[in-house]
Order: sequence, then structure tokens, then C-alpha cells
Amino acid sequence: MRKSFVKAVMVLVVMTIAATSLVAQSYAIVFKNTGNPYGEKQMAGFKAGIEEQKLTAILRAPDAPTAEAQIAIIQQLIAQKVAGICIVGNDFDALQPVLQQAMKANIKVWSLDSSVNPASRAFHVNQSSTDLIGRTEVQAAYDMIGGKGEIAILSATSQASNQNAWIEVMKQELKLPKYKDIKLDKVAYGDDLRDKSVSEAQGLLASFPNLKVIIAPTTVGIAAAGKVITDKGLIGKVFVTGLGLPSEMATYIENGACPYMFLWNPIDLGYLGAYAGVALVNGKITGKVGDKFTAGKLGAYTITKSGDGGTEVILGPPFKFDAKNIADWKSVY
Amino acid sequence: MSEREISIDRPRSLKRFFFQWEWLLVLIFVAVNIINSGLSPYYLNFGSLIGSTNSFLDMAFLVLPMTFVIILGNIDISVASTVALSAVIMAVGFNAGLPMPLAMLLCLVVSTLCGLFNGFLMVKFKELSAVIVTLSTMIIYRGIAYVILEDQAAGHFPPWFSFLAWGSIGPVPFILIVFAVCALAFGLLLHKTSFGRKVFAMGNNLTAARYSGIKTDSVIIAVSALTGLMAGFTALFLTSRMGSTRPNVALGYELSVIAMVVLGGVSTAGGAGRIGGPILAIFIIGYLNYGLGLVNIKANVLLIIIGSLLILSVLVLNLRFGGHRRPAPPIARMIAAGKAPDEKA
Repeated sequence: MRKSFVKAVMVLVVMTIAATSLVAQSYAIVFKNTGNPYGEKQMAGFKAGIEEQKLTAILRAPDAPTAEAQIAIIQQLIAQKVAGICIVGNDFDALQPVLQQAMKANIKVWSLDSSVNPASRAFHVNQSSTDLIGRTEVQAAYDMIGGKGEIAILSATSQASNQNAWIEVMKQELKLPKYKDIKLDKVAYGDDLRDKSVSEAQGLLASFPNLKVIIAPTTVGIAAAGKVITDKGLIGKVFVTGLGLPSEMATYIENGACPYMFLWNPIDLGYLGAYAGVALVNGKITGKVGDKFTAGKLGAYTITKSGDGGTEVILGPPFKFDAKNIADWKSVY
Repeated sequence: MSEREISIDRPRSLKRFFFQWEWLLVLIFVAVNIINSGLSPYYLNFGSLIGSTNSFLDMAFLVLPMTFVIILGNIDISVASTVALSAVIMAVGFNAGLPMPLAMLLCLVVSTLCGLFNGFLMVKFKELSAVIVTLSTMIIYRGIAYVILEDQAAGHFPPWFSFLAWGSIGPVPFILIVFAVCALAFGLLLHKTSFGRKVFAMGNNLTAARYSGIKTDSVIIAVSALTGLMAGFTALFLTSRMGSTRPNVALGYELSVIAMVVLGGVSTAGGAGRIGGPILAIFIIGYLNYGLGLVNIKANVLLIIIGSLLILSVLVLNLRFGGHRRPAPPIARMIAAGKAPDEKA
């Protein structure tokens, strides 16, 4: 009994050593945190893109959406000598020391979805143009209430760089004369945690009784707001719009709490991130403006200048989900 | 001599020396390392092994005073909030124009004041348990941090500040050196000074300790202030590692720290424990995290593994070592058994 146990352990050890040393070229994605359906889809797309090219994908995410936890994971990936790290940042600046350490160890680094500062990456893989996303959401709120009333924003963490960039665009857009009758009450932060997002949404409704629209540029926040509006019987009085996963939002789009919302395909985004990263590691691109590469079934892409002073590649315009098309999409992602 | 001898020295024997919880921890530590190096070919690399300590040592500064707190029979769950508050005040102070060394000093002063306030509440309102006092200050300190920074980040520290967490002297990380010095100081304080003996005595029997002339209130306040001071150290190193700070840093650190102290064999009932155990526990949990991370185990599975290790070890501690408590130091036993000096027999 004891002998066979020892044998089993030894076989296991040899197998894992063999398995790990075979995967010389592995590509890691570090998402913000576990338990985020949007992130699961993004990582699945990344994995598909990497495995299509006969390479190995490592999918990692910390249990809490903090930069501290991502630092520890990146240190482990450096020790594993991965070929590339695709980071979905929890903080724009805080990951710089560890990502630069990775680059010093000849590991290629690029960011996806939520960017890190240009000094810590080769380029950023962006969902859509920041400008377009911010404006589209404010215009949606404008149309829902006929151009008059109070609105609020329910975001992810206060440090989430993509959300912050969109909110900045939203504030710029709201300064236009067209929006003179729209008042932004507050930007609340649900930290992309379900319970906190729900209580922040409840707080918004309680503190601003005249609130007409909640814009939630995050999938966790929009679902939380949809739930609170539905539970409180406020359908038709308060609307939510923003960025949401069709599978999670189908109920609220069908019941009218959310007339329509936007998103890109997170699976495609992860897939694009995978192809961009492999092109970077293989030396086909370096991340400078004008670099071109092909991303499998998605076609050709070109690297452009980004708003933060670095470079980026953009997936495409945001897609609108409403009562007409939600049935087709809710089973997809 | 045929009469009974009373000695304040603990009887020493080889058997007693090896039959200690710390040796089991050493075994666990060795086992963790063997498993890790079996799992990943990248594990046994001196450079990354010693370098990875910076990802868990910032928290380790809290383990040292927490050992004192738990030996006292108390608990402190406000430490993580103290870290957040002092880090935030340091960042705000620096951004308001304070020179960085002064901002760092301010961080330590604030954290020590937080600790002192805990201690003050504990001795002034004895009817409140330590859990309730520190639960309240946990919420208050974190709350103040949020009021100051309002969900934003603050940073842009001078480049040399990142040396604290990322720099090294030769191959040895600077943070490891500082931690070793602190660990030595706390070890001497607990086991070689009268202050340490008072802590044990109070953990065994607070009333008896008070009646035997120990100024129990000042010991509690001193331990609380030390806890605050070390929270300031954690704040410094954590902020240096991150390059910026937010009001939600160090979230959940208090539970990890208490877990390390308990895994280190310190009695949750108070009165027993040694500094070596918790220090070993820091490295066990740190390297377990690091090693399992190297084979890309999912974050949530990692939590389950560490939770299981904790409950298993406490269970073993209870079964194998006949109840958690080791014999208390002689002075405490004498105090506990005998009459208090000012009581007439």
C-alpha cells in the first residue's frame, strides 16, 4: 500500500515535470479577478486564439480584484519563463515595476481590455474607441428620457482605467449644449463585486429620488442595476444602460428595465489579444504605429496611436443589444 | 538535597526539545518545498525563491505583534485598516508637499496612534472585548481613509521609494533583511525580557497577573502601540511595492495574519506560543502560494488548500500535543497557582 503510494507520487511528479518542460512557449493572460462571467469569456477567447496556433495558454486571475494580487501572479509567471503576458490591469500604474521586471526577463507584455500605462506594455488591445463608447452611452441615456432629467454612473473600481477613460468622455459629452437639461448626480463605484454593486445601485436610487437613468459601463454593475430596478418595481420609471453581457441582461432587456445596451464580443476580444501577442513574441510586430498583423478568423488589424500616449489595436465599434436581437445573443455569451 | 527544589528554569531535555510544534512546522515547510519543486521545474531557483519573498513579507510585519496580541488572549482585527489609513495619509502628505522621509515618518506616527487608540479603548472600557473594540476601529480607520481619498489612488512617489520593496542588497531583498531584524527584536522582547514574561502571565491569568503587581493596562497599551507601529511598516513596504495607494489596500490582511499566527502554534486561548512558529508559518503559507501559483492553480482552489492546511494543523496540534496549551512559563504558573501577593492566605 505504502509502496504503491510512493510509486504513484513519483509517476505524478515525473509526469508534471515532463508536461511543464514540454510547454516551452506558453502565453499567459492575467484577468482582473475570478467569478466574472465577462472575464471567463475573454479568457476562453484568448485560450482559443492561442491553441489555434498550437501553443499553450495559461489562464490566471486573482481571487480579489486588486493590483497586489496581480503582482504576485505576474512574479510567478516570470519564474515560469512564459513567452508572453497579456494583462487585464486592475490598476493603471501600480503594475509598472513588476511588468518592467517581466520585460527585463525577455517576456513580452501587452495589455487587453483594461490598460496599464504605456511604460509597462508594448501596446494595448482595446475593445472599441474610448471616445465612441463614452458618447454612445450618454446618447443612449439622452434618448431614453427625451433629453431631460437626472442620471448617475455606476462604475467598477475607481482605478479601472478603461471605465475611467469612458467616464471622462461621458463628462466631456455632457458639457455640450444638447445636454443642458441633463444632470449627472454622481459616479458610484461597485468595484465589480455583485453585492457592492447592488448596494451602490440601491444607494443611488435612495439618495436621488429624481434619478431617471443609471449608466453602468461594466457588466457587473449593469446587471446589479437591472436587478435593483426590477426588484423595486421601478421598471419604466428608471432605466439602466451601459455595457452588459447578453446572457446576464436578457431578463432585464425583456422586462424593460434596460431598453438597450452595448458591448463588443469578449470572446473575440480575447482572441484578438492572443493573436496580437503571438505576433509580438514572434517579432512580426513591435507595437509601433502602423504595424500590421492578421488575427485568424477576425482578419487584418493595424496598430494605431492611443489616447494615453502609447499605441493600441481596436477590435471594432460597440454592438447594440435590444429587445429585438437579445434572444439570438443570450445563448452565445 | 532531599527537599523539593523550586526553580524558575524550564526543565530541559532532548525529547522535550524535539517534541515541539515548531519541528512539525519545519517538516511541513520542507514538505511544501518538496511538493512545489516536484510540481514545477521552475520552483527550485534561488533567485526567484528569495525574490518572491517580497510578495508576502509586507504582511509578515503584522504577524510579529499579532503573536503578542494573541498570547495576551486578545485579538486585533483593525490592523489592515490601520495599514490603509497610514498609507493613505502618507501619500496625501507627500502630495501636499511634505518631503518623502517626513511623509514616511508621518505614516509610522499615524499607525502608532491608531494602535494607541485601540489600546486606550481597551483599558478604558474593559467591559468591551478586544474583538468589538478593534471591529469598530477597523470600520472607523478604513472609513477615514475613504473620506480622505474618496475612492481615488494617490502616488507618484520618488523613484528611490520603490527600493524598499523591490531593492536588494546583494541577492538578499531589502525587505527580508528588515524583516529579519524586526523578527529578532520581537523574539528577544517576547522570550528574553520581563516585558515578554508579563505578556505570558497576563495571557494565562489576567486577574492573577494584575494582583501580582503587573501594570496590565500599560502592557496592553504598549502591545497595541507596537501593533500599530508594525502596521506602519506594512504600509510603507506595501505602498512601495504598489507604487501608489488606495483606501482599499490590504483588504483582508487581518485574517491572513491571524491564520499565520494560529498555524504557528500560538494558543488562541492566550498564554502560550513562541515567536518561531508564526515566523515559520509566514514562509509556509508564502511559499505554498508561490509554488502553487507556479503551476497555475486557480486562485479559489488555492484558498481552499490553505484553509484545509490551517484546520488540519490545528487539529493535529490538539490531538498530538494533548491540547493546544504547552506548559506555561514557570512564573506564570506560580502566579496562577499561588495566591496573589497582596492577598492574605
